[in-house]
Amino acid sequence: MSDHSTTYVPKSAFGKWFESRLPIAGLVHSSFIAFPVPRNLTYFWTFGAILVFMLVSQIVTGVFLAMYYTPNAALAFQSVEHIMRDVNYGWLIRYLHANGASMFFVAVYVHIFRNFYYGSYKAPREVLYILGVIIFLLMMATAFMGYVLPWGQMSFWGATVITNLFSAIPVVGETIVHYLWGGYSVGNPTLNRFFSLHYLLPFMIVGVVALHVWALHVPGQNNPTGIPIKSGKDAVPFTPYATIKDIFAVVVFMLFFAYWVFYMPNYLGHADNYIPANPAVTPSHIVPEWYFLPFYAILRAIPDKLGGVIAMGAAIVIWCFMPWLDTSKVRSTAYRPLYKQFFWIFVAVCITLGWLGSRPAEGWYVIASQICTAYYFAHFLIVLPVLGFVERPLPLPNSILESVMGVQKGGAGIPAGAASEPQTKG
Amino acid sequence: MMKRTLLIAAAVLGFSAPVFAAGGTAVPPQLKWSFQGPFGTFDRAQLQRGFKVYREVCASCHGLSYVTFRNLSQPGGPEFSEAQVKALAAEYKIQDGPNDAGDMFERPGRPADRFPSPFPNENAAASANGGKAPPDLSLMPKARTYERGFPWFITDVFRQYSENGADYLVALLTGYEEAPAGFQVPEGGHYNHYFPGNVIAMPKPLSDGQVEYPKNEAGQPQAPETVEQYARDVTAFLMWTAEPHLEARKRLGFQVMLFLLVLSGLLYFTKKKVWAKVGGEVEGHATPPMTHNP
Amino acid sequence: MAETTTHVAEPTRRDFLYIATGAAAAVGGATLVWPFIQSLAPDAATVAAGAPVEVDLAPIAPGQIVKVFWRGKLIFIRHRTPEEIKAAEDVNVASLRDPQPDSARVKEGKPQWLVVFGNCTHLGCVPLGQQGEYHGWFCPCHGSVFDTSGRVRGGPAPTNLPIPPYSFASDTKVIIGQEATA
Repeated sequence: MSDHSTTYVPKSAFGKWFESRLPIAGLVHSSFIAFPVPRNLTYFWTFGAILVFMLVSQIVTGVFLAMYYTPNAALAFQSVEHIMRDVNYGWLIRYLHANGASMFFVAVYVHIFRNFYYGSYKAPREVLYILGVIIFLLMMATAFMGYVLPWGQMSFWGATVITNLFSAIPVVGETIVHYLWGGYSVGNPTLNRFFSLHYLLPFMIVGVVALHVWALHVPGQNNPTGIPIKSGKDAVPFTPYATIKDIFAVVVFMLFFAYWVFYMPNYLGHADNYIPANPAVTPSHIVPEWYFLPFYAILRAIPDKLGGVIAMGAAIVIWCFMPWLDTSKVRSTAYRPLYKQFFWIFVAVCITLGWLGSRPAEGWYVIASQICTAYYFAHFLIVLPVLGFVERPLPLPNSILESVMGVQKGGAGIPAGAASEPQTKG
Repeated sequence: MMKRTLLIAAAVLGFSAPVFAAGGTAVPPQLKWSFQGPFGTFDRAQLQRGFKVYREVCASCHGLSYVTFRNLSQPGGPEFSEAQVKALAAEYKIQDGPNDAGDMFERPGRPADRFPSPFPNENAAASANGGKAPPDLSLMPKARTYERGFPWFITDVFRQYSENGADYLVALLTGYEEAPAGFQVPEGGHYNHYFPGNVIAMPKPLSDGQVEYPKNEAGQPQAPETVEQYARDVTAFLMWTAEPHLEARKRLGFQVMLFLLVLSGLLYFTKKKVWAKVGGEVEGHATPPMTHNP
Repeated sequence: MAETTTHVAEPTRRDFLYIATGAAAAVGGATLVWPFIQSLAPDAATVAAGAPVEVDLAPIAPGQIVKVFWRGKLIFIRHRTPEEIKAAEDVNVASLRDPQPDSARVKEGKPQWLVVFGNCTHLGCVPLGQQGEYHGWFCPCHGSVFDTSGRVRGGPAPTNLPIPPYSFASDTKVIIGQEATA
């Protein structure tokens, strides 16, 4: 990052005085204004900005909800209804927050699969990528604890089922579960600590996001060709080019978000969560939120409790090893004809797992879950390593610019010097 | 060929299996509601009738504990006049206290009070009703639903179908019938066509002519006094108690969508103009294989 | 030679100081974490509330099932009639999904009292008493059937209703959460 800060020269005397004491303007300038961005980024690259928007949206709506919410087992459900009925625009803020969690996951899944498709996880972006996996894990923990807070039936039983997973750990499992609950079953202490952590974790996410963005600025962004920026002509400065595109994408995403909030606000939730939590009655069918379903299906696919928990954990942890499991030298799947097919099979398997997670664990659903789970792991452990040796990738273009010229209809070309501002990046 | 037919048959059976697994219950018919769709609003007269049904039939067993009397005169609801609400609230006895002597006492209700529940607590409600407490109705249409299944749960998003709960409730209220031959209805249970498992603790609550509806100029009831109509009216009323800001939500939604459309249009052309400085936006990669590879 | 010895000895003493300082700081840090971890455990009030509960059996008539909560978990106490006991004992144990004789599920000399956890072993629903084919319990969620000994006899439940630790303080008093001390 430091190699760009020199390009920023404060104009005013105060600016010079301040910059010499805290060079923050130079940092912003080098990271978000002059920073060279590949000129061929598609809208799939705007999901980083969309995720930042969702994170801010969740924190702001959450802070306002916390002003009215009461984290007490006897009062929580009622306080949520108070927000929905009596607080001015309370219904709007709560629906924004509840649906916002789903939108956050929609965006993060697009972001993750974009990364899988274009090989963004490969060298030199391994640390950037692993930080992303950590953000995803923090998001899952935050979302899970947030879903417990309204203290409806699905909150209570979801919390019971998920926390009980830890009892699968041999010897100390039971004790760990009691420490998680702060009691002998999910109860008031559990709700209290989940609220505390639900408030804390988003700020930890902010911290890891800062590292994620920092790590992004060292190698720069990947792009649809997967080949690095070779000359100034391959890139454009972040502002205004990427900025305006990101803002446009964020607003389009807000349209999508608003549709759910205003027209289908309860579609992504569960009807059972409008019934107050009752330890004496279980919902007939306990299901997690949609964004956990593929992992839930993997959990249930293994007939052994401990085995299921390990498989579910491994399903995410294995992502961290992708940069080394994938042996192909080529980043972008656009130039990997064989892998392209496996990529889409993998996407289909993930979606099928999600659907199976919503089904009761009986009959052929279990067998289908087991087949899909086996394939899920085979994708990482067999397909990725083997394909690197077997596959003959298509010839890569010499530069981003060359590839882009081929894409542009009519071959209008790029005016010389128009993209001369950014520096060369390796 | 045979093998393939079998596979398809297995797939079809597989998809329909969960419907039967859920208790062999029938799928409720989808009804027309004034509050459905992006511009839906409540029908005031229907909500007022529905409230009458709730008050005269349901209220003896079911609470409405998240709703206050003042809500009845709020915009976007049944919109009774404030004087009507005040008079109505005064008809209820509300427990208050303790007074100066330290005793609890009863006083007439005020618009700010919540609807009092018919039973002091859940155990009392359960013991008075054969072991199963009648649930509170404040959130019913949002707290009940039925299995939509593939692919309807996808098309629902585009149709904005979110009246599953309301449709189910009408089906339930009108779904009492004779148990089919060979079906053993346990003691204290009642056969219902739409209830999961078909055996419901609640006896058939509605019958024709049970609730008198307001008359129109011709001296005829404003709506037919039938079980079907009662069920629809009380369900519409409960939809409002569950989602009292539904009208405001849909109205604001339209404004927000419109604004975002305009803003995204403006941003789109701004973006085009900005990118024109570097010869226009170019995305992605050339369709490989590249021909001019050196 | 002497010079070399002092040269070696001095760093050793300094190393010891470093190690001792580091170790002290590490022990201090670890100790500091301890109260925070412990604060997550069930607190004194919860532990007290989770203590064994005494239930007076005198008012429970034959054929009646009473629900009690112990540690937030539902427990059924069933006063079995002689016919129910007989039905529970006259079962070919080998034919059961989770083979267990009735005698292993009640306390010796007290076959009329059955104490079991009240959540179905399938997905934790609450089964209804005196229902189903064996007049034990019937789970309304997915149709699991239990007999008058709380053993699974049909439906998806994998195991019998588990038995909590309990003991008899007297003929009419049971202590749930505490096994008899031998």
